[in-house]
Amino acid sequence: MSVTTSQAAITNKPDERVRRISPWRGLFNRPEFGSIAGTVLVFALFGIFAGDSGMFNLDGVMSWAQVAAYLGIIAVGACVLMIAGEFDLSIGSMIGFAGMMVAVPAMFLGWPVWASVLFAFAGCMALGWLNGYLVVRTRLPSFIVTLAFMFILRGLTLVLSTHFSNSTIVSGVGDKLGADPVVHTLFQGSTFHHLFAWLARAGLVGKLPNGEPVVNGIPKVLLWWLAMAGGAGFMLSRTRFGNWVFIVGGDNNTAKNAGIPVNRVKISLFVFTAFCACLFGVLQVADVGSAAADRGLQKEFEAIIAAVIGGTLLTGGYGSVLGACFGALIFGVVQVGISFTSIDSDWYRVFLGAMLLLAVLFNHYIRSYAGRSHAGRSHAGTAK
Amino acid sequence: MTNGDSHDYILQLEGISKFFGTVISLQDVTLRLRRGEVHCLLGDNGAGKSTLIKTLAGVHRPDRGRYLIEGQEVNFKSPREALDRGIATVYQDLALVPLMSVARNFFAGREPMRKLFGVIPVMDMKYAEDVSVRKLAEMGIHVRSPQQPVGTMSGGERQCLAIARAIHFGARVLILDEPTAALGVKQSCNVLKLIHTARERGISVIFITHNVHHAYPIGDSFTVLNRGKSMGTFLKSGISEGEVLEMMSGSAEIQGLIDELEGRATA
Repeated sequence: MSVTTSQAAITNKPDERVRRISPWRGLFNRPEFGSIAGTVLVFALFGIFAGDSGMFNLDGVMSWAQVAAYLGIIAVGACVLMIAGEFDLSIGSMIGFAGMMVAVPAMFLGWPVWASVLFAFAGCMALGWLNGYLVVRTRLPSFIVTLAFMFILRGLTLVLSTHFSNSTIVSGVGDKLGADPVVHTLFQGSTFHHLFAWLARAGLVGKLPNGEPVVNGIPKVLLWWLAMAGGAGFMLSRTRFGNWVFIVGGDNNTAKNAGIPVNRVKISLFVFTAFCACLFGVLQVADVGSAAADRGLQKEFEAIIAAVIGGTLLTGGYGSVLGACFGALIFGVVQVGISFTSIDSDWYRVFLGAMLLLAVLFNHYIRSYAGRSHAGRSHAGTAK
Repeated sequence: MTNGDSHDYILQLEGISKFFGTVISLQDVTLRLRRGEVHCLLGDNGAGKSTLIKTLAGVHRPDRGRYLIEGQEVNFKSPREALDRGIATVYQDLALVPLMSVARNFFAGREPMRKLFGVIPVMDMKYAEDVSVRKLAEMGIHVRSPQQPVGTMSGGERQCLAIARAIHFGARVLILDEPTAALGVKQSCNVLKLIHTARERGISVIFITHNVHHAYPIGDSFTVLNRGKSMGTFLKSGISEGEVLEMMSGSAEIQGLIDELEGRATA
C-alpha cells in the first residue's frame, strides 16, 4: 500500500474511537422526549379509565384542547425565556392585569374597544421590558424581580377593579369586545363554522337536536397557540436570534465574548413573555366576557411546570417549544380528563406535582450526560 | 529591523496601565507582537495576565497607555470590535456551550445565514455543519456528528475546536489564554502543534501560560509579567529556559523548597 492511499484511508475512515449510537438513543436525548412519553402515558391512562366517557369525542377533545391552548400560549413564552436563563413569575398576575387594562378603559373611560386592547398589549409589553431592564441592569436574579411584579401587578389589578367597579370583577366586557369586528375576529369565539357545519351535514360530526353541530368551530385560542408555538419554535431552531437565545442561556459569559447583545436578547424575551401573558388575558376576557382580579392565579407556575415537563432546564440553555407544548397538553388532558373519570378531581394537583418531579429528575439525567465534560475538566484540573 | 519600527508590529501595547479601584492591575506594560511570531506571555497567578488579555480583547479599556494595531491607535469599545479587526481571543472557558452542538458552537455569534423562500433570514445549518466538521478534520479531530453536544468532547478536542473556530473566522492575531492548563501531556502536545500550524499560516499568536516547558519550545519571544509589571521582552536566542523560569519568581521558591526537602532527606 502506498503512502498516499493510506493517508486517504485515514482521512476517510471515521475515528475508531467514535462509537455508533442507535437512532433510538438519539431520540431519547431530544429535549421533548420526556414530555412526549408523558403525553403518551397520560393518553393511555385516560384511554383506559375514561375511554368511553366522551372525553375523546369531538366536544371532549375541544374542551381539553382549549385548556391546553391557554396554558400553551404562556408556556411557549416561559419556555423561551427559561432557555435564555431567566424566569418570569409575573405572568400570572400579568394575565389579570391585562384583562383590567382592556376592561377599565373600555367600560369606564369610554375608549373604543380596539384602543383598549392595543393599550393592554402595549402596557404589558412595556411592563415586560421593565422586568427585563431591571434584571439585566441590577443583575438581581429574575426570580426576585419578577416575584415583586407578581405582587405589584396582582395588587394593581385588585385596586383598579375595586376603584372602578366596586367589585373584584368587571363584567359585560365580552359583548363590548364582540361589537368590534377586528377584536371579535382576532380574539373571540371560534372559527371555521362552515367547515364544521359541513362536517355535521356529512355526518362526520355529531348534531345537536336543533341540527347544529356539537362543535361549531375551532376555538381561536387553539389557533393562537399553534401560531405562537410555530413562530417561537421556528425562531428558536432556525434563526440567528434563536441561536443567541441558547448561547445566552447556556453561558452568559460566552455569549458576551462572542459579541452577542445579551441584554437585548434577554429584554426582548421578557417582552415576548409579557406579550404571551397579555394574549392569554385578552383571549380569556373575550371568551369569559368579564375581567376579574383573580384571573391567571398561579398560571406562572403552571407555565414553568409545562416548560420543565417539556424538557427545558431550570438553569437555561436547553429546551424546546415543542416540549413545552406537550407539557401544556398534559395539563389540559389531566385537568379536564380527571372529571370524566371516577377519580376525585382533587387528585389533579397531586398528579401534576408527581409529573413535575419525574420530569426534573429526567432533565437532571440529560444534563449530567451532556455536561459530563465539566466533571472531566475539573478532574484534569486537579490531576495536573 | 531588529530595533523594530512600528510597521513591523501587528499589535502593540505601549505603557498600558489598568486600575480597579485601588488595585493596580497593570502598570506601564509594553508588549509588541511581530507578524507571524508566537509571543509567550508568562507570569504566575495574579501577575496581571488576565487583565492584559481582556485589554487586548477589547473587554477592558486601558486607563493609561496606547493600544496600536499595525501602527494605528485603536480604542475598542467591545470585544466585537476587536474581533472585527482580526484579534481573536480563546479564553480558558473556551466560550463553548456544552449543551449545544458542535456546529452551533462553531458559529456562535457569527451564524451563517440564508434566505428561506427568498425572504425569511434563517441560519444555514447545512453550511454550518459541513464547515465545522471539515475544519475540525483539518485539525485532526473527527466528531461523531456535527449535532454532537460539545459537552461530550474531551478537553483537548474542545480547545482545538475553539482555536479552529478562531482561525476559520480570519483571526490574524490569536490570543490563547492558558490553552494547555487543564490538559494531559498528549493533548497539550496537540495544542502546541496547532499553535505551530497557526504560525505557519502567518497568524501571530500570543500564548499565555505559566508553564515554561510548554512556552519555551514553541515561543519566538517571551514577555514576563510579575505583579502587574513587565519584566521585559526577550527573544528566544537571548534567553534560556532556566532564566525565564527564574524571572517568573517561581524558581527561587521552588529551589528553596527542593533544597529544604533534599536537606531533610539527607539528614
